[in-house]
Amino acid sequence: MKKVCLALALVFQVLVFSPSLPSRDTLILASTTSTLDSGLFNALIPPFEKKFNCTVRIIAVGSGQAMRLARDGNADVLLVHDRESEEQFVADGFAVERLDVMHNDFVLVGPVGDPAGGRGLPVVAALAKIAAVGAAFVSRSDDSGTHKKEMKLWKQAGLHPTGRWYMESGSGMEATLRIANEKTAYCLVDRATWLAHRKEIDVLAVLVEGDAQLFNPYSVIVVSAVKFPWLNVKQATRFAEFIRSPQGQTIIRDFGKDKFGSALFFPDVPGSK
Amino acid sequence: MSYILEGLKQGAALLLPPSSEILQIVALSLAVSGAATLLAALAAVPVSLFLALKEFRGKRLLVGLVNTAMSVPAVLIGLLVYGLVSRRGPLGILGLLFTPGAMVLAQALLAFPLITALALAALKGIARDARDLALSLGANRRQLAAVVIRQGRFAFLTAIIAGFSRVIGETGMTLMIGGNIKGQTRVLTTAISLETMKGNFELGIALGIVLLLTALAVNVAMQGLQGK
Repeated sequence: MKKVCLALALVFQVLVFSPSLPSRDTLILASTTSTLDSGLFNALIPPFEKKFNCTVRIIAVGSGQAMRLARDGNADVLLVHDRESEEQFVADGFAVERLDVMHNDFVLVGPVGDPAGGRGLPVVAALAKIAAVGAAFVSRSDDSGTHKKEMKLWKQAGLHPTGRWYMESGSGMEATLRIANEKTAYCLVDRATWLAHRKEIDVLAVLVEGDAQLFNPYSVIVVSAVKFPWLNVKQATRFAEFIRSPQGQTIIRDFGKDKFGSALFFPDVPGSK
Repeated sequence: MSYILEGLKQGAALLLPPSSEILQIVALSLAVSGAATLLAALAAVPVSLFLALKEFRGKRLLVGLVNTAMSVPAVLIGLLVYGLVSRRGPLGILGLLFTPGAMVLAQALLAFPLITALALAALKGIARDARDLALSLGANRRQLAAVVIRQGRFAFLTAIIAGFSRVIGETGMTLMIGGNIKGQTRVLTTAISLETMKGNFELGIALGIVLLLTALAVNVAMQGLQGK
């Protein structure tokens, strides 16, 4: 009994006094699913963590959700891809600025047989065809950057997609792509996630690419500590600087080349190319 | 604290009146979990009766298996069903993955061992008492079974309610198998998960209130039936 009490007392001591033990700094990064699903973070985060002795907690949910988390003070830094929402975020005072990091593009994938006949068309025209025949289409429908882009494209086609053919997964990019594969449906996907998961997909192929509308730029945003004093601004700022530094931009530029045959993301900070 | 209270207030407001989307989600949840519980019960009642009444070699092993199956994590059942019904799996031709059918299957597999084990635990006592009394009155095996079923109604009902409660609140496996597709496979639990993560805390709370009321309502209804 005495030994048990002693052990418990020791445990209690450690727990009570642990805040004074040297602990690693934590950074909460809210980001899209494409940066995680593609594996980019596996290349980008460990060097940062090591360099600044900081543990990064990645919450990958899609740009809209990430910004909503940040608006509630639940994230230190954002890596997102929805230019309009980002600018609104800054305008609303939740950050000082948004900064360029990298870009890639979206592709419209669909059944190899292309029942809607959208192959090679401009993406807006292809979407119109898909809606016209009611070909199965899976949408992220989660307020992510990809989803916002998709909605913008539908709007340009003058359409509001509804119906059984239009499936809203409310999920991340990888999950949505998997549903599209399972249901043999069309889907808008960022190239990085597509390339990273190409080998798991057996009935879909890229049908539309290269359209200027499919340009996909990513930004990093340090959330304002004026609004939320508990945020880790120091590490957030370091993170933003790191991924925009020559070291970070080189990691981005080289990521995926050996594994997928081409780069998945293209660095955007001038002078580091 | 005010964050939660505000959420509760706004969540309740979303239910007066509930949107057609909320109603549709509730309907699907009841349909999927109801069907799954029914399927599981249809299998569990005879199996539990059989195990309670019959003596045979290997019975203890079988009972042990049922009890162990009860502690299989839901996500593992989801994994199994996923492998079975995905297009590359043995049942792939049915195209069941990401449909309510697959969700019913997975939830039924989850509920079955639970209902069986709970019913069995109660039936064993009933069977023992009934056997002594019935046999002393000259009843045959079929009459004995009828007595046990009648006396065991309460046990079955309790077990089935437990099964339903287990599956209506299941999230992870249901998400994995259903894909949370709006209007097709989105149920209360997966919707709560989605909306909360999207930052729609109020909608999450609204759905949470509905889930709670649904679970309570089903419990009350079944207790009422049993009371007759």
